[in-house]
Amino acid sequence: MLATLFYIAALIALTSTMAALTRANAAHALIYLIVSLLAVAVMFFLMGAPFAAALEVVIYAGAIMVLFVFVIMMLNLGDTGEDREREWLAGRNWFVPGAMAALLLIEMLMVLGDFQGVTSGNAVSPKAVGIRLFGPYLLAVEIASMLLLSSLVGAYHLGRRFIVRRGEH
Amino acid sequence: MTELGTISFGLLIIFAAVGGAAVLTWFERRLLGVWQDRYGPNRLGPFGVLQVAADMLKLLTKHDWVPPFADRLVFVFAPTAIVVAMLLGFAVVPFGPDLYVLDINIGLLFFLGMTSLAVYSVLLGGLASNNKYALLGGLRSAAQMVSYEVFMGLSLMGVVMLTGSFSMRDIVEAQRDVWYCVPQVLGLFTFMIAGIAESHRLPFDLPEAEHELTAGFHTEYGGMKFAMFMLGEYLGLILICCMITTLFFGGWLGPVLPPVVWFCLKVFALICFFVLLRAAIPRPRYDQLMSLGWKIMLPLTLFNLLLTGAIALWMEG
Repeated sequence: MLATLFYIAALIALTSTMAALTRANAAHALIYLIVSLLAVAVMFFLMGAPFAAALEVVIYAGAIMVLFVFVIMMLNLGDTGEDREREWLAGRNWFVPGAMAALLLIEMLMVLGDFQGVTSGNAVSPKAVGIRLFGPYLLAVEIASMLLLSSLVGAYHLGRRFIVRRGEH
Repeated sequence: MTELGTISFGLLIIFAAVGGAAVLTWFERRLLGVWQDRYGPNRLGPFGVLQVAADMLKLLTKHDWVPPFADRLVFVFAPTAIVVAMLLGFAVVPFGPDLYVLDINIGLLFFLGMTSLAVYSVLLGGLASNNKYALLGGLRSAAQMVSYEVFMGLSLMGVVMLTGSFSMRDIVEAQRDVWYCVPQVLGLFTFMIAGIAESHRLPFDLPEAEHELTAGFHTEYGGMKFAMFMLGEYLGLILICCMITTLFFGGWLGPVLPPVVWFCLKVFALICFFVLLRAAIPRPRYDQLMSLGWKIMLPLTLFNLLLTGAIALWMEG
């Protein structure tokens, strides 16, 4: 039962990701990407990582993708953007990326060759994730938070200068 | 509960929530009438309650029109997203000690995920309409919801810290001695404001601000599709009230009366309070809304988090 659900979710994830790549309309591509992220969340949940699944929905599907859609709305490219995108998606442009992706796929299949089953059997509680993060992986968490802080300060700085300059005129 | 019991209870919740949202459209107008010294809809049936049926008939029989310049598929899909997401959110609400659809140890995160998915309805509705006002409404809602979501999640972390669990049932059980509205009063305040902004109701309904954006993201919508947006909004209101009850006002806990009755009473009182807010507070300007979110609410939430963490550590010794 779990394995069936897992493969259904995986199929949805794969097809929607492919659709996200091949759509010329940016908004449609993003919707497919959101669906793909939701399917991945379901897969995480079935594999016994409910916390990761919840974060996938809250952060990726619920926040980051909203910002993507926001940018698309701001630019509001319309038909010209779609035409240009269609040009980029023309047949021969697929050859090199496709070949590289195929190579990666072959490598992954070789590594995961003797992979058995889809569920680890026991669910990882949020508490266990927290203990791990603030125990052995504390350094990584701190580095990530410092990186985020620096990007925040950078974004603030950029926005600040823009406002001051606009005030001068 | 057995599997069949859970499924039938889930269906019951869906019908109750949709029915409740429908009646709420009438109830809110009557209540607003009381507070604004007028009658509100009082003609049809006792106290005008049949107004709901009349409104529904009107919406159902209206021509279901999609503007030719709109992005058809997305246009039709957008209103369903908010209803589906909000209804799914009800799955983790514990209505009584044994009355729930789903009790998972990430219950609270599930709720946050569903509310953040509901944003897409407004966003995509605005984008697909291919209309300047709708686009502006959608843009506003994206900025508003992303900003308010940040401290919506953070404001609940104090509750999680005190309970030590994301499970909604554990959170209610942990309030046997004292409801969290006392030690988490800052959290309650910030969550309530974030909740209103998330369900984009007045005074935070800038995505549809009718005096400047005609009707914002649903300018091009009519008939049942428009009704879906409204349904989603009212479902969001009920869901937020259920969440505040569960997280801050002890959920089903209370003396004498059965737990479910206590839960419904608390939710009802909160809904009345939200309607009062709508009647009492004017709509802020858009930049005021954003600076309120980032400059006041977010620091306040972080302060609450710091304080709760310090006290929790101190209590443990």
